[in-house]
Amino acid sequence: MSTTTLIPNTVSVPEQPWNPPSRGRVAMYCLIVGESAIFIIFVVAYIYYIGRSLYGPTPKQVLEVPIFNSICLLSSSLTIWFAERSLERNKIKLFGAWWALTLTLGAIFLVGTGIEWHKLIYEKGLTISTNLFGTTFYSLVGLHATHVIFGLIGLSVVLAFALAGKIREEHSERIQVLSLYWHFVDAVWVVVFTVVYILGR
Amino acid sequence: MADRTFPIEGTLDLTPPRAREHTWLETVHEWVTTVDHKKLGILYVVYALFFLLVGGAEALAIRVQLARPDNTFLSPEVYNRFFTMHGTTMVFLVGMPMIFGFANYLVPLMIGARDMAFPRLNAFSFWMTAFGGLMLYYSFLGGSGLYGVGNAPDVGWFAYAPLTARAFSPGNATDYWALALIVSGIGTIGTAINIVATTLAMRCRGMTLLRMPLFVWLNLAVSGLTLVTITPLTAAQIMLLIDRYLGGHFFDTQAGGSAVIWIHFFWIFGHPEVYVLVLPAFAIANEVIPVFSRKAIFGYPAMVAASVGIVFISMGVWAHHMFTIGMTSVSNAFFTLSTMLIAIPTGIKIFNWLATMWGGKIRFATPMLFATAFVFQFLIAGLTGIMLSVAPFDWQLHNSYFVIAHFHYVLVGAILFAIFSGLYYWFPKATGRMLNETLGKWNFWLFVIGFHLTFDTMHFVGLLGMPRSIYTYEPDRGWNHLNMIVSIGAFIQGISILIFAANLVWSLYRGKVAGNDPWDAWTLEWAAASPPPVYNFPIDPAVQSRRPLWDLKHPEDPDWKYE
Amino acid sequence: MNREWLRAVWRAGKATVFFLLLPGLAFADGPQSVPSIFAPASTPASDIFSVSLFVLAITGGIFVVVGGLLVYVIIRFRDRGDQDDDREPAQIYGSTQIELAWTVIPILIVVVLFLTTARMIFAIQDAPKPPDALDVTVVGHQFWWEFRYPKLGIVTANELHVPLSSDSQPEPTYLKLLSADVVHSFWVPQLAGKTDLIPNHENITWINPKHPGLYVGQCAQFCGVEHAKMLLRVYVDTPAQFASWVKDQQQPGVQDPDVAAGRRIFETQACMNCHTIRGTAATGRFGPDLTHLMSRSTIASGAAMNTPKNLRQWVEDPDSIKPGSLMPAMQLNDQELDQLTAYLETLK
Repeated sequence: MSTTTLIPNTVSVPEQPWNPPSRGRVAMYCLIVGESAIFIIFVVAYIYYIGRSLYGPTPKQVLEVPIFNSICLLSSSLTIWFAERSLERNKIKLFGAWWALTLTLGAIFLVGTGIEWHKLIYEKGLTISTNLFGTTFYSLVGLHATHVIFGLIGLSVVLAFALAGKIREEHSERIQVLSLYWHFVDAVWVVVFTVVYILGR
Repeated sequence: MADRTFPIEGTLDLTPPRAREHTWLETVHEWVTTVDHKKLGILYVVYALFFLLVGGAEALAIRVQLARPDNTFLSPEVYNRFFTMHGTTMVFLVGMPMIFGFANYLVPLMIGARDMAFPRLNAFSFWMTAFGGLMLYYSFLGGSGLYGVGNAPDVGWFAYAPLTARAFSPGNATDYWALALIVSGIGTIGTAINIVATTLAMRCRGMTLLRMPLFVWLNLAVSGLTLVTITPLTAAQIMLLIDRYLGGHFFDTQAGGSAVIWIHFFWIFGHPEVYVLVLPAFAIANEVIPVFSRKAIFGYPAMVAASVGIVFISMGVWAHHMFTIGMTSVSNAFFTLSTMLIAIPTGIKIFNWLATMWGGKIRFATPMLFATAFVFQFLIAGLTGIMLSVAPFDWQLHNSYFVIAHFHYVLVGAILFAIFSGLYYWFPKATGRMLNETLGKWNFWLFVIGFHLTFDTMHFVGLLGMPRSIYTYEPDRGWNHLNMIVSIGAFIQGISILIFAANLVWSLYRGKVAGNDPWDAWTLEWAAASPPPVYNFPIDPAVQSRRPLWDLKHPEDPDWKYE
Repeated sequence: MNREWLRAVWRAGKATVFFLLLPGLAFADGPQSVPSIFAPASTPASDIFSVSLFVLAITGGIFVVVGGLLVYVIIRFRDRGDQDDDREPAQIYGSTQIELAWTVIPILIVVVLFLTTARMIFAIQDAPKPPDALDVTVVGHQFWWEFRYPKLGIVTANELHVPLSSDSQPEPTYLKLLSADVVHSFWVPQLAGKTDLIPNHENITWINPKHPGLYVGQCAQFCGVEHAKMLLRVYVDTPAQFASWVKDQQQPGVQDPDVAAGRRIFETQACMNCHTIRGTAATGRFGPDLTHLMSRSTIASGAAMNTPKNLRQWVEDPDSIKPGSLMPAMQLNDQELDQLTAYLETLK
């Protein structure tokens, strides 16, 4: 026969209500902290190397400020927020619509980045190996674009579930955790945009 | 059957229904597919112990080569691969897995939870770490070989640019280094996220943050620090791979790039990394010392504050590894100051351990022997650290054997000793059997003798001008006898570790049966069975103080009256 | 009484350190074969030495106090097993006053230590450069040292000659540190702390050796396979010796007609692609300048003594002396090797 020792279970002094935070939310914040550290290193490298390329095209010569792309991406943060609110109020169809719009805006951003890169590589002659600017530019913007892709994959999975009618109000918390990631991706774009297209030019 | 509707006090019959014997294959399958934090914790620890032996063998080969000047036991190429792999192995395949193994096993038990917050992420992270390590060691086999040591990395564990550029490191050795660590780094981040989420979201009722065992506090701090420590290394390694494969110029000095920026990025990772490694050693000491002194830890809030303080200050000291690269005098002075500042919370911890032992009734079982040596050796390590923080002194000591002596004092004298303390302390919980005390004492004393023979002597050979990372040295520089002594001590340590391995295996089958609480301790893990059932606790615990079992054992004088 | 005790402890401590470092400490000031940081012969090194004694004293004191307390605790409070084992000792949870005390005292120690250190940092690093200092440019290579004296028109390798600098006649040498490939570090412990040679990043260090003779050191930043054999020899010459050395080095390479065959081999093989011999067509910069090869006592940056036998072996197969060095074996036959070695032997 195996036994256990006493397990403390009763609390004689009345305590406050016990409300630990949700684990998904904590985990997402942790992921964001870690990813921010990676981005900070790439941003520091970018800033350090501004103006230090020995040759080759400079930012001023080849960069066009991607206003339309940025508006799309940043407004997708707004649309995803509308989606979250809709789900909280159990408006499933509206949630699906806002969610799909978010996905579309994100996809437009990605396509726009692709077009911008195509132009830079084939018309302006800037590649990752051209000079310091090329290396740091494609690395930083590319790292961000990779995170946009991860976000779009997550968004697509949720959209698939939404179209199959599987999403209900009780999934609000999880949807909000995923949205946190999307907001993070947008916030990073604000930083990258400022450093690359404003500070660096 | 117990359920939540009536309070349970006293014993419960937990005899599991008769289960049939598992076949060998079923056991392997169970371990490979497990998501149970206890099994994953054991997997991490076993993995780390295996690589401790491998890294130790590399160290012994190095010490054979250096025992005499102009030795030819290892060629320069092989030596350089061995010292690179020794450092990389010990930090990433021994240190990190070991601390995550302990955390994985103990944190849910100590907070009264059923498992970690994300069991499948837990398993994924372990296997990523494990695979990264195997990838690193595959480098010994891959590529064109020299005496069979293939393409293992040979650029030092710190891999300074531009030595790591394609031009100076052709072949794939450096790529193995970068890729293996990126992969294992993903595992590390996963576990860190898991530990933070578990600690914040899954504590049992009544366990406020300030009632958690200090072990849990320190692992929370470490996991938070890990998130911003490993990631800069991952970023820098991605940059290195972009340079090597996509023609990037991050560290290409010919294109205007900077070698110094790699050094900054590496040490922005490297310094907090050593705090990631040492804080769990503090965590173990914080549990062992009170129990074996029969007293509560002295100054719990100060210990929490000091630990959090160390985490934050450690992010601001990295350039004390860079005093010789030619920073301005103001920068050198700044980093001298920040490094000295971190001595303050660290000293506070040492004083608190002393005060815990003061007035106690100290039982010197093997865990406490290791914990006491830990305090003493960590004190010395901290003091040599202060010497190194003095930038002008560091201009002589940097990259010499004095530095190697200092950091081995921390890594072996403090961290490894604390780990052994923890292994002897919690082995009964994990296996239901005690480790043998006699073998434990042999392990301890041989280790102490070998450790001091090697690393005390090593300080002096550094003061006499011997630099690090050299495969041999001139015979007329006065380093010969000191090096021989260092090498002899290394072999004594090796024997001690073998004794431990023997103890481990023997005790698994023949160790004394432990019972739930062999050490008469006070935190929640000792309320679970030894080994705990897969669900840990049959009912969810609820606590009122930092030492819930003390309250149960001393109902006339519980802790919550004083906290 | 307290003072006496302190003084006795201080003396005992110094004696212990002294005996442990016996092999390294200089009995007379000056160069020695053991490159101990505790045998300084130049101002940067001796400044560091004095600050290090101060630091050692403080840390030694902390060690004695805290370590002593630890030893006391484990003896005094160990469980002797005699009393009733059920009684736990008094549980003390903390004390704000004590915590404050052992926070404030370390802060004060840190302040004192930091201020002393900062003063030393500025004194060494920001020392104003005298106008008549000797300028030497050091270029680090895998795995050898290039030394250029721009104002004197001299280029040499691996063995650095600098003038003596006395207190009455100071003549410091300022070293500009550059690298042609990876990161190296210039470390001659008796003369100064080490400073790194980083490509694309210029560093400066200075020495003012006070005693003539040979000081040894080596590269102190892992730079590749033969990092261990990138040795340094610094010859501190009296003013007369230095002037004579400079004059010899400024001459172009000796043109001895007896060894014309060897010289032809040098010029027609790939030697001249890497090496310079002033006065000939050889102007390579990848390897050491050989114009006055025979004025050096070692070859291969200290990996071997400069004897005819070693020189011949080095040319025949560098990997046999320094495996992994970047000089290729030139596949010469015996006769060519003899002639070439004979030629090189004339380059005094």
